Amino acid sequence: MPEESLKAAVAAGVLASEQANRDLLQATCEVARAIFSARAASVFLYDERTDELVFEAVAGEGSETLLGQRIPSSTGIAGWVLVTRQPIVLEDVSADPRWGGAEIAAKTGYVPRGLMAVPLLHEEEPVGVLNVLDRPQEARFSLEEMGLLGLFANQAAIALDLLRKGRRAKAVLDDAGADVGVVARIASSLDALEGPEREAGLRLLGALEELFVQKR
Amino acid sequence: MSDPAPERPLPAWSLPAGTVESLGLPTDWPGRVTREWAWGDSTGKGVRVCILDSGIDADHPMVGQIEGAVAVEVGEGEETRVVEDAEGDLAGHGTACAGIVRSIAPDCSIFSVRVLGAGFTGSGTALLGGLRWAVEQGFDVINMSLSTTKSRFAGVLHEVADAAYFRRTVLVASAHNMPVESYPWRFSSVISVGSHEDPDPLTYYYNPNPPVEFFARGVDVEVAWLGGARARSTGNSFATPHISAICALVLGKHPELTPFQLKSTLYLTASNVEEEVA
Repeated sequence: MPEESLKAAVAAGVLASEQANRDLLQATCEVARAIFSARAASVFLYDERTDELVFEAVAGEGSETLLGQRIPSSTGIAGWVLVTRQPIVLEDVSADPRWGGAEIAAKTGYVPRGLMAVPLLHEEEPVGVLNVLDRPQEARFSLEEMGLLGLFANQAAIALDLLRKGRRAKAVLDDAGADVGVVARIASSLDALEGPEREAGLRLLGALEELFVQKR
Repeated sequence: MSDPAPERPLPAWSLPAGTVESLGLPTDWPGRVTREWAWGDSTGKGVRVCILDSGIDADHPMVGQIEGAVAVEVGEGEETRVVEDAEGDLAGHGTACAGIVRSIAPDCSIFSVRVLGAGFTGSGTALLGGLRWAVEQGFDVINMSLSTTKSRFAGVLHEVADAAYFRRTVLVASAHNMPVESYPWRFSSVISVGSHEDPDPLTYYYNPNPPVEFFARGVDVEVAWLGGARARSTGNSFATPHISAICALVLGKHPELTPFQLKSTLYLTASNVEEEVA
């Protein structure tokens, strides 16, 4: 097997998981929006590298324009939720451009009158924030719905964590091309061998594998 | 030996013979503690409440005048600096909390310590630095509608919470309503608060199944928000300032109470306890 083929095979796995994880996150947003009859639902991913929040999935209003947009990590409602790990529900906010919905309003052209925002926690780290915008105002919010929001948050947090891990794996693959290259070259050479030489090569690799497993 | 100073240098924190009089309680406790005894006619006057949060918009009519505002900055080496804050509120939540406290304890003093805005990376350090500073200032009540899930902060936060407890500063902290470990609301030296759905701001319940000790109004609360706006809000973080304000009322009438006595008073006047006793 040629070196590039092996790298491509590993990369293909990582890239496929990226798409699957994005689909899972998007599906979570769609369901959250439907369950709460909301105008939109979105997920922010916390980007450690830049210390910012990034729109990673959007369902409903703003889905065309918000993806990939970035906001500061510790201002506004999403920032407060990320930092404090506390969920928050705001409704019937009297129109004012300065309220925390402004960050969404500026990008989409509509000002939400309310939102639910909940931290997405993985182990002891918050990995992002789930927002549900403009649920119907006539229905009074209940603590039961807060519980439901928490359940969605758990699911979204898992999807978001998978996405993060997949991206880290891809970054390792990109950065560590030389290391992976050694393995790829050995695999490529072995693939070219035939008969007893090939069997000897396989036995040698098997011994190496045993050695590494013992070392671990 | 008549002075009950808490820092009296006793060799083994003991009570030598003939010194029992030094333990005289300044409060004349009634046979049955009622809300009338606890905070009747109190407006929270003379009590200093610190809102450790996103800052406060002092121009909001639901907040009124505040005593002062500082912000916690985090340096490269994770050292913290406390500086005058001219930014106001960076999210809206601190203003909401201040408005709730003001609506229940109209004459208490409100001070803002902003721990938000230093970036998420520095947020745990800012929270700890802000809390430590607030405890050193000797506020009577510190409202903390926030917590951290980072276990590396738990030990130090615990020490600071205990220091506050012994210095007669009451920490009132939001319980987490998601199944995760977070601090400082889980510590027994603080008063932890969750939400109930009743619309009465003075209805609160004692929970005999801790770690959450009290439930206060936290659903559909009308609050102040940025730019003079108002909103209806839900979350434990809005229940917490209700209890902070009630603490301010009690301390306004009985400033000598220790955090232990204050928590006991809250227990005896809780909606599910006072009626039972009566």
